[in-house]
Amino acid sequence: MSIELSIFSCKVRLVKKLLVLMAKSMLESVRDLLPIILVIAFFQLLILRQPIPDLSGLLFGTVLVVLGLTLFIHGLKIGLFPIGESMAHDFSRKGSLFWLLAFAFALGFGTTVAEPALIAVADEASKVAATGGMITDTSESRRSYAYGLRMTVALSVGLAIVIGVLRIIKGWPIQYLIIGGYIGVILMTFFAPPEIIGIAYDSGGVTTSTITVPLVAALGVGLASSIRGRNPLTDGFGLIAFASLTPMIFVMGYGMIL
Amino acid sequence: MSFLGGFLTSLLSTLGDVLPIAIIMFGFQLVILRKPIRNLRQILIGFSFVLLGLTFFLEGLEQALFPLGKLMAEQLTSPDFLGIMDGHRGNWVSYLWVYIFAFAIGFSTTIAEPSLIAVAIKANQVSAGAIGTWGLRIAVAIGVAVGISMGAYRIVTGSPLHYFIITGYILVVIQTAFCPKSIIALAYDSGGVTTSTVTVPLVAALGLGLANNIPGRNPLLDGFGLIAFASLFPIMSVMGYAQISEWRAQRDKRST
Repeated sequence: MSIELSIFSCKVRLVKKLLVLMAKSMLESVRDLLPIILVIAFFQLLILRQPIPDLSGLLFGTVLVVLGLTLFIHGLKIGLFPIGESMAHDFSRKGSLFWLLAFAFALGFGTTVAEPALIAVADEASKVAATGGMITDTSESRRSYAYGLRMTVALSVGLAIVIGVLRIIKGWPIQYLIIGGYIGVILMTFFAPPEIIGIAYDSGGVTTSTITVPLVAALGVGLASSIRGRNPLTDGFGLIAFASLTPMIFVMGYGMIL
Repeated sequence: MSFLGGFLTSLLSTLGDVLPIAIIMFGFQLVILRKPIRNLRQILIGFSFVLLGLTFFLEGLEQALFPLGKLMAEQLTSPDFLGIMDGHRGNWVSYLWVYIFAFAIGFSTTIAEPSLIAVAIKANQVSAGAIGTWGLRIAVAIGVAVGISMGAYRIVTGSPLHYFIITGYILVVIQTAFCPKSIIALAYDSGGVTTSTVTVPLVAALGLGLANNIPGRNPLLDGFGLIAFASLFPIMSVMGYAQISEWRAQRDKRST
């Protein structure tokens, strides 16, 4: 009898602990979202002086956002981070540079080519090109322009991750490569058609998605910590920086060729 | 019913995002590395949490915050609200509320950005707690806030984008020479990390609203560029944050 009771109380304690943990991470998500809610409420009520339309829908949506963020962060910690790091360790133990770089390219290319934000930007860009007279204004030529742009950006992100991984292995200081990239961007700006510059500059920021970033960060940190003489902080980061720099250069190049 | 439909569409589109990544990772793991995955069950649970979490997150944003935020961006940039006569451009100061809104929305969406949370967690782990998650996130958010307000100012005045960006690059290079070496890579990364799911739609709406309402601006050409500002300024603010913390640590050491 007493044994059963103690098992029962043990279970209760376990469930309690789990619930407390969940509540804690939910609270963290609420804290992450509080600023955005305050900003919108402030401008809506005090500056625009309008009531909030559909308050219940807004509350329901906010609950979904909080729940989603909590689940995402938890999944990151138990799924994406561990597999990114363990693959980095396995690759460095295998010692084949070719396959590591092939993996880096596939990861960069594969995650970018289907990225919804990029598809949206490429469509916009094709409209700009058509109004600017760079291509003929038919839906056929617009579609092929947008497709070519998407491929260009995906290719450049694949290449960026390859360069970034190579940098981690060789231990090159990041600032020289990035400054070289900046010089490339500035040079291209002078030669690229002016219509494309805004889109090219923006394309650097939109390519890195919410799932790519944690994976790429885990890969870089995992590589840097499994190669002797590399520091995970100074050498492990930087892959995303390359991925947001090369698309600018490549998109301007694309605008020059077409 | 419409909620269920929207939810399913979001789920499918998120699945479309996750699937190529999963195929590449598991493909390389099984064919090239030829090793069983450690803790396979836990990893799969993690992937499904990420999938479900992103779906809820995007669906919630789509239902609640995005429509209101986009409507707000339109209303705040309209000449009626700003008290500008039709057809007049007004002084750049008349757009004060736009800059304030740009700053506030840039800061708050960055704090909520999941990929920045991810990088902050990793940086905190790797630096053994020396880089605080909140310190980094607030530094990045201030950078994005300043960047977006500057970008809004640029759309209002119509000055060429590349002057601002090239000046920014020069500042980044100068800061790199003086900032603690350990933070450089992370600072460069924070530029690309910030602009994702939450920030891009709201900021794009602001840019389009501005370019639509100011006479002489073409929404197709002038609406762009805000994201570029938002990914440049965090580099400076994160390096600045590192410089200030180093300076304070040195000062504390000297005083004791």
